[in-house]
Amino acid sequence: MHIYANPKRFLSLARWLMPLCFASGLVLALGAVMWGLFVVPPDRLMGETVRILFIHVPAAWLGMGGWAGIAISSAALLIWKHPLAALSARAIAVPGLVFTIVCLLTGSIWGRPTWGTWWVWDGRLTSMLVLAFLYVGYIALAQAGAREGVSPRVAAIFGMVGAVNIPIINRSVVWWNSLHQPPSITAGKSAIEATFLVPLLVAVVGFTLLFAGIVLMRMRALIAEAQIEARLKRRALDAEPAHGGAGAAMGPA
Amino acid sequence: MYENLAQWDYVIAAYAVGLVALGALLAASYANMRRAEKRREEIKRR
Repeated sequence: MHIYANPKRFLSLARWLMPLCFASGLVLALGAVMWGLFVVPPDRLMGETVRILFIHVPAAWLGMGGWAGIAISSAALLIWKHPLAALSARAIAVPGLVFTIVCLLTGSIWGRPTWGTWWVWDGRLTSMLVLAFLYVGYIALAQAGAREGVSPRVAAIFGMVGAVNIPIINRSVVWWNSLHQPPSITAGKSAIEATFLVPLLVAVVGFTLLFAGIVLMRMRALIAEAQIEARLKRRALDAEPAHGGAGAAMGPA
Repeated sequence: MYENLAQWDYVIAAYAVGLVALGALLAASYANMRRAEKRREEIKRR
C-alpha cells in the first residue's frame, strides 16, 4: 500500500486501471441489467417487481461498501499518515452517497407494490437513511476541511465513528421486526434461486467495478487540484523575496 | 393484466432512477477529472 503513497506512482497505476474498471464494469452492469429486465422470469410472489433487485441490491452493497472504504482510508490516514488516504476517502464519499440514495429510492419504489407503502420507519430503512445523512455530513466536513485548511484527521475520525452504522444496517433485519426480508445471502449460503442469484452477482460485480472506476476518476481530479495548489503556492513563495527585495531597496530612497 | 402492467411501471421507474443517477455521476466525475488535469497542464506550461 505504501508503494502507492507517491502520487506519481499512483497516477501511473490509475491511468490504465480506471478505463479497465470502467469498460469491464459497464459491460457487466449493462449485461446484468438487460438480463434482469428481459431474461429473468417473474417471481412467484413478487411478480415483475423482482427485477428492481438487480439495481437495488448493488446500490445497497455499494452504499455500505463505500462507507467501509471511507473507514479503511481514514484508518490508513490516522495510523500510517498515508498521503493519499484522505483523498481516497473524499473520492469515495460522493459516489457512496449517490448509491445510498439510489438504494433508498429503488427500495421505496419496490415497497409500494410489494408492501403497500412507500416508506416505513423500521430498522433497515431508517439505518440506511442515517447512512445517507452520515455521507452528507462527511462530504461537508471534508470539503470545509480542504477549503479552510483544517486537518483531514477531523473528517477521518468522523469516518471511523460513522462505521458503527454498517453492522447496524447489516443486522437490523435480525435484531428488529421488519417488513424488509431477512438476509438472503449469508456466508456460503443463499436463499435465492440460481435463476435470480447469478444475474444478481453479475450486477454486483459490474456496479462495483463502475464504482471503482468513478473513485479512481475522482482521485485523479483531487490529485490534480492538489498539484495545482502546490505549484501556485510555490510560485507565490518564489516571487515573494523579489518583491521584498525591491521594496527594501526602494524604502530608504 | 392491469396488475402486471402496473408492476412494470414501478420496474421502469426504479431502473430510470438508478441509470440516470449513475450516468450523471459518471459524466460529472469524468468532466471534473478532465477539467482538473487540463488546468494542471496549463499551469505547468506557464
